[in-house]
Amino acid sequence: MPAAEATLEQRSQEQDYLWTLNFGPQHPATHTTLRLVLKLDGERVVDAIPDIGYLHSGFEKIGEHLDYNQYVTVTDRMNYISPLANNVAWHGAVEKLLGIEITPRCKYIRTIIAELARISDHLLSTGAMGLDTGAFTFFLYAFYQRERLYDIFETLCGARFTNSYTRVGGVMHDITSLVVQKIRTFVKTFPETLNDMEKLVNRNRIFVDRMKGVGLLSKEEATNMSATGPVARASGVTRDLRKDEPYLAYADFDFNICCAKAGDCFARYYVRMAEMRESLRIVAAAIENIPSGPANVGVDERTALPSKQQVYQTIEGTITHFELVMQNRGFTVPSEETYAAIEAPNGELGFYLAGDGSNVAYRARCRAPSFIHFALFPQLIRGHTLSDVVAVLGSLNIIAAELDR
Amino acid sequence: MAIELPDNVVVTKLDELASWCRKNSLWPMPFATACCGIELMATGASRHDLARFGAEVFRFSPRQCDLMIVAGRVVMKMLPVLQRIWQQMHEPKWCISMGACASTGGVFDTYCVVQGIDRFIPVDMYVPGCPPRPEQLIQAIIDLQDKIQREGTISGAEFETAQRQMTKRALQELPMYGRA
Amino acid sequence: MPAKPETIAALQAKFAGFSVSEFRGDTRFAVPKDSLLTVMQHLKSDGKFDLLVDVTCVDYLNYRDARDRFGLVYLLANTITNERLTVRCFLNEPDLTVPSMVPLWGGSNWLEREVYDMFGIIFDGHPDLRRILMPDEFAAFPLRKDYPLQGRGERHNFPVLKRNQA
Repeated sequence: MPAAEATLEQRSQEQDYLWTLNFGPQHPATHTTLRLVLKLDGERVVDAIPDIGYLHSGFEKIGEHLDYNQYVTVTDRMNYISPLANNVAWHGAVEKLLGIEITPRCKYIRTIIAELARISDHLLSTGAMGLDTGAFTFFLYAFYQRERLYDIFETLCGARFTNSYTRVGGVMHDITSLVVQKIRTFVKTFPETLNDMEKLVNRNRIFVDRMKGVGLLSKEEATNMSATGPVARASGVTRDLRKDEPYLAYADFDFNICCAKAGDCFARYYVRMAEMRESLRIVAAAIENIPSGPANVGVDERTALPSKQQVYQTIEGTITHFELVMQNRGFTVPSEETYAAIEAPNGELGFYLAGDGSNVAYRARCRAPSFIHFALFPQLIRGHTLSDVVAVLGSLNIIAAELDR
Repeated sequence: MAIELPDNVVVTKLDELASWCRKNSLWPMPFATACCGIELMATGASRHDLARFGAEVFRFSPRQCDLMIVAGRVVMKMLPVLQRIWQQMHEPKWCISMGACASTGGVFDTYCVVQGIDRFIPVDMYVPGCPPRPEQLIQAIIDLQDKIQREGTISGAEFETAQRQMTKRALQELPMYGRA
Repeated sequence: MPAKPETIAALQAKFAGFSVSEFRGDTRFAVPKDSLLTVMQHLKSDGKFDLLVDVTCVDYLNYRDARDRFGLVYLLANTITNERLTVRCFLNEPDLTVPSMVPLWGGSNWLEREVYDMFGIIFDGHPDLRRILMPDEFAAFPLRKDYPLQGRGERHNFPVLKRNQA
């Protein structure tokens, strides 16, 4: 891209022994389409200029044309490693704008699926960190566990991933006993795999040498550069929206926030492994205590589709069904703007919504953690070698679709 | 480019032999951009193992591959990169367009997403789905292997036919509906 | 969490006349463009809002009863007391220049570049204001309401490669 090279030229007129390497949009590291223009002095990285936009698909503009229940399918495709977390975030923001209070059962269901999505995301992110540094078996262990999670999601809603499971006012289908059984089995057998995975790399000389001391991020830098989630917590920032601004059913559970002080790649890896164990604790406690009752809000709210029995036997059910299904009807939304965020596996994922009375959002802005974290990359990599580029990129867990939206 | 051989029986058997060799060792070049990339990785992982079908190594270098699997949406900034990588691959080469976004633009009918890579690259196999299950991708590779066996020649003459040279269009151009 | 009453009172004491409102637990503070930098400096140093969560913009062209065309949104958070604050700044054409927040919060670098790329708002004092998501030669600002969803033909303006063509 001409402008990236022009900036590099300006910065290093006198340094002609440096050479430029294009870590192009197509590269073997598993973080898909992003481009880095690296200025190298032999093997040392002197400067790195990121160039993004290779997966920009106009998500925010689509949000102005699809209604609140249709857009959830598009939010799946943002952080596609943990699509259920994006669904929960989107509908959390829509329900905040509409002022709907969801049922206790729905809160528990959404908490469970958000935590399973967190486990799925961290498995892939640590797996990719392992793969990029050469630990292929570690990656395969992680992928096998993700296949088991895909089995659970498939039993829940029919799709392995990109499951648009939440709806305004509730969820698509209520949770069944088969899903509960599968989650119980998963909870019982998962810690053993985590132990196996840790045995492979935690004390492995190659992995530790490649990750310790690389990509240091201090606590003040993290907050100044708007980092959130595991990236910030590995530098000592003790902020976790599940404890600081409890949403859904997190206030009912006893779990710890995982932080580290070092701020290097190994700390970010370790925080993610520890968070998986904490998530498993939340799922284990939640799955035994799901409140009974309806999963969707009642017909008076006029937002969620009522059950067929209500549609055929009560007048309110029939009216609500008609209002929601017929075109150009649907629920009315206040002409106001609001922001709601959740603690997604990657950081703070929030949606800034502007409603204008109709059932289509006027503005749907997604605050994507990967976008904010990739801006950190140049300062993290300065002074390290070329082989550390992949390690640092992996530890930030950049998902290109969330980066570019 | 190719070996100039006369058409006779020996050559037909050579064609079958060459096609058999090529189809059973298709080395994929994963052009994974988005969600379909994860299903592509899952197809290569342990449960649905793509290596059983000869696609043993996912070489990320176009110079060493013969099958480009475009998995995920291709946006206007990425299309010149896709074309350059296609040009860098050696003949004989095939292309699988995996997923709805690569085949037709998918959910994203927006100002920046290319509505189907077959507008700009010759595609041999389309895999529908959003994302397609790994079993569907494996079926596509098996179907492509059958296609190579049926039509393959040792000299690559199957790529010169008029049918292959025609620019295909998966869907007709739709008028623009809705709000502008 | 909405901003505490003490914070709001301190803000209103210092910047009298700027409106403060609340909706569903969000505290919003509307600031005219000329005092934006002073307000933000005060919020960072005295109000201790150390985390800039997001910078974005809304185009009110098709909004009923809209007074201004663009509304800039700054979402701030205080990591110690967990308060959140939304600062709004309304802009009209042709004067779409705002001071940049990069000296205060480093995270606003890429966020402001994205607002420039999508809406065309110029940030005065930004170290590197160029397009971030769209290609550099792209001529329009895509998220404005007068730009159509399917674009104006830029997405298919490429050469076609056929078989056996180098």
